[in-house]
Amino acid sequence: MSDRSLDTFPRLLLQHAAVRPEHPAIREKDLGIWQTWNWSQVAAEVHALACGLAELGFRRGDSLAIIGDNRPRLYWAMTAAQCLGGIPVPMYQDAVAQELEYVLQDAGIRFAIAEDQEQVDKLIECRGRSPGLEHILYDDPRGLRHYQQAYIRSLDAVQELGRGRSAKQPEFITAEIEQGKAEDVAIMLYTSGTTGKPKGVCITHAALINAARGGCGFDKLGPDEEILSYLPMAWVGDNLFSYAQSLLAGFTVNCPESGETVMTDMREIGPTYYFAPPRVFENLLTQVMIRIEDAGAVKRWMFHYFMEVARRCGAEILDGKHVAAGDRLLYTLGNVLVYGPLRNVLGMSRVRVAYTAGAAIGPDLFRFYRSIGINLKQLYGSTETCAYVCLQRDGQIKLDTVGVPAPGVEIKIADSGEVLVKSGAMFKEYYKRPDATAESIDAAGYFHTGDAGFFDADGQLKIIDRAKDVGKLANGAIYAPNYIENKLKFFSHIKEAVAFGHGRDMVCAFVNIDIGAVGNWAERRNIPYSGYTDLAQKPEVYALVRECVEKANAELALDPALCASQVHRFLILHKELDPDDDELTRTRKVRRSFIAEKYGVLIDALYSGKASQFIETQVKFEDGRTGKVSAELRIEEVKTYPPATAQKAA
Amino acid sequence: MTTAGASGGKSIGGVVLDLAGISLAFGGVRALQNVSFDVREHEIRAIIGPNGAGKSSMLNVINGVYHPQEGTVTFNGVKRHDVNTHEAAEQGIARTFQNIALFKGMSVLDNIMTGRNLRMKSGLLAQAIRIGPAEREELQHREAVERIIDFLEIQAYRKTPVGRLPYGLQKRVDLARALAMEPKLLLLDEPMAGMNVEEKQDMCRFILDVNDQFGTTIVLIEHDMGVVMDISDRVVVLDYGKKIGDGTPDEVRGNQAVIDAYLGVSH
Repeated sequence: MSDRSLDTFPRLLLQHAAVRPEHPAIREKDLGIWQTWNWSQVAAEVHALACGLAELGFRRGDSLAIIGDNRPRLYWAMTAAQCLGGIPVPMYQDAVAQELEYVLQDAGIRFAIAEDQEQVDKLIECRGRSPGLEHILYDDPRGLRHYQQAYIRSLDAVQELGRGRSAKQPEFITAEIEQGKAEDVAIMLYTSGTTGKPKGVCITHAALINAARGGCGFDKLGPDEEILSYLPMAWVGDNLFSYAQSLLAGFTVNCPESGETVMTDMREIGPTYYFAPPRVFENLLTQVMIRIEDAGAVKRWMFHYFMEVARRCGAEILDGKHVAAGDRLLYTLGNVLVYGPLRNVLGMSRVRVAYTAGAAIGPDLFRFYRSIGINLKQLYGSTETCAYVCLQRDGQIKLDTVGVPAPGVEIKIADSGEVLVKSGAMFKEYYKRPDATAESIDAAGYFHTGDAGFFDADGQLKIIDRAKDVGKLANGAIYAPNYIENKLKFFSHIKEAVAFGHGRDMVCAFVNIDIGAVGNWAERRNIPYSGYTDLAQKPEVYALVRECVEKANAELALDPALCASQVHRFLILHKELDPDDDELTRTRKVRRSFIAEKYGVLIDALYSGKASQFIETQVKFEDGRTGKVSAELRIEEVKTYPPATAQKAA
Repeated sequence: MTTAGASGGKSIGGVVLDLAGISLAFGGVRALQNVSFDVREHEIRAIIGPNGAGKSSMLNVINGVYHPQEGTVTFNGVKRHDVNTHEAAEQGIARTFQNIALFKGMSVLDNIMTGRNLRMKSGLLAQAIRIGPAEREELQHREAVERIIDFLEIQAYRKTPVGRLPYGLQKRVDLARALAMEPKLLLLDEPMAGMNVEEKQDMCRFILDVNDQFGTTIVLIEHDMGVVMDISDRVVVLDYGKKIGDGTPDEVRGNQAVIDAYLGVSH
């Protein structure tokens, strides 16, 4: 079987180097110019890096910590570790030292690769308490010239060592790759830790390649795709799209110049295959809206007029459905005047397939992108399932489902409503946690996702919330907090929302305003403010947010099952929820129970009918120092709708 | 951030700039009175003092805006006669300004390119029509500018008009423009004025990095004592145009005359 020789990532790399040596494999923008490495160059770089690591004593079964932004050499380091039978462990680049330390100790890491001085400094700090960390290797030498420690080396030096080694033993690396097996663990990813301490998810070559093969086949991805890699390497999605699928199909990965230049870089590259969590799509839309509001009257009118046309028929045209000739003509005109230029500004002119996942996307947000002709689809998966469970088929897109089971995936819905999954793209185990592994994979081999959902009439899976978050109001009505929060978060002025209601007689919510959008709004109305805390407490801002909440309530009232979930009272938090303060996970999901505990006094105030509440909170800055923020928070009532009147209003 | 710029493998060389007995008066106002101090190679030298102490006048003397009535300026071992600002720049002295001096309507990239102007050999006409050698030259300069953009982490703003950037970033572009000259001596006039804490930290890091990576000698005026004490190697203190202290941050901190000047004494 021909696949036998292509069952690990190092073997896939060698194959591309042989079959398409000149094809661009990876690009990075450096000093303002896109630098390209083709597949044969990448193979040579990986080869040198692997030999260098071996020379430093990296052994089969060792873990290699990788921490930094998406850089070609960090991706090569993953393959290099896999060549030697090691396990790369990518980590979130904005993690603070304590978080890194936990992973370093849990995975028993001896080798760490850091992107730059910032990360090296964190690792040095960790090393004081985790002496097991023997080597720190860095990519960018800036600022590291005076670091005298013998255990700190540049990747240049490591590759140099490697070239020396491979000159002496040219067959060494081939023999090492030969020893690799499909069942070996290819990568270990730490879960974001929404609940409890992070767990290391061990994924084998076989599982990740299965997921990549399934996805590439499903969307017909070939070697000519272009993808922009800007999402954290520690996240399973980046591993699947930028690493596994690129190595399987042989397409080109593009690394942006820096986190801030992603928008510009995206316009320059024009990816054909794009992935972003809903948050990114939301931010892009917010930026577009801000810029449109600042544009001249003619442009503004044109935008709003044609967006209305797109709302009417854009998504249907994309799905190839029948649309009245008049609308089709208007849409074509709109495409020339508005949608085309807008896609170009977003860098999405060439996008053939775009996916979103990681959190539920607001239906209106989703529809916006589809209506301007971007083939945005949803998928469903988790770290444990290699982000490969459900995918939406072209032309069969629904706003509120995540699609049909992907090829090779079996899905069962438990009696509790929990989604159970079985597939060839499943993780092997939680590292050193047989108890947790046994808990999440049952005897029949089904993985318990922890998500509640059901299949609709077309056989598409619909996820409503985390199984454990779905609760009941005091009157017995179903309460899905995520669903409510997502409704609120779609408003460009609201960045984050946390709803409460389980076991209560009504739903109340915390809101974070979007400082960009609301700041701009305030400036245009000549409302002065000094910072987030000040702006958040302005009566005008409360009125603005109340209007949004009321709109959300009107929509909730339309759904008989969720009518009881309308928000009765809300407050705007005095600080932005932040992963550094443990309020959000690194993937920016709300840590509901932590917030409920931390801001217990505010929740009490919401339910006790008070008009305001004083709060003081400790905040952690990125450099590890702490400070305090305090404010007197206003609490406001919101209009709610009985089901019938809402329908009349709508 | 590591304390004291003197840490690390930095080796401070000989005297590059020596100011001896400088006196400067505008009519009856005696801005500087018999001030002498020197600046060594690779060091970060701070000039501090209360408002109106003569700090900016001192910088203006160094880069040739003012010509002192008395005293001598020795730069790179050569005793200097009155020079104008253009000549000072040619000798390798660059500066940033307290009130940013950039072309607000031009992009960040173009602003930094102006810093290369002194180093361009091709004539005005050749540059304008970009023929052969002029184009090659511009490419070289662009590469140097890109390195600075990378160094100061302003890649995201290359094409943005400077006027649209926040203040802290404009200051960084001002520094970039000065750096583009590849100066031997860099004069920074209140580089952190009006910045928030985060911007200050960034700027400190950039100043230390410039000093470290390029080996540039830096003279800076700054009001933020924390910053001065953290990053400078030596500090000179002026008050009413007179030098009242000179030495390492620790020495200056313990100097009674300096404490009096800053906190005031009952007369």
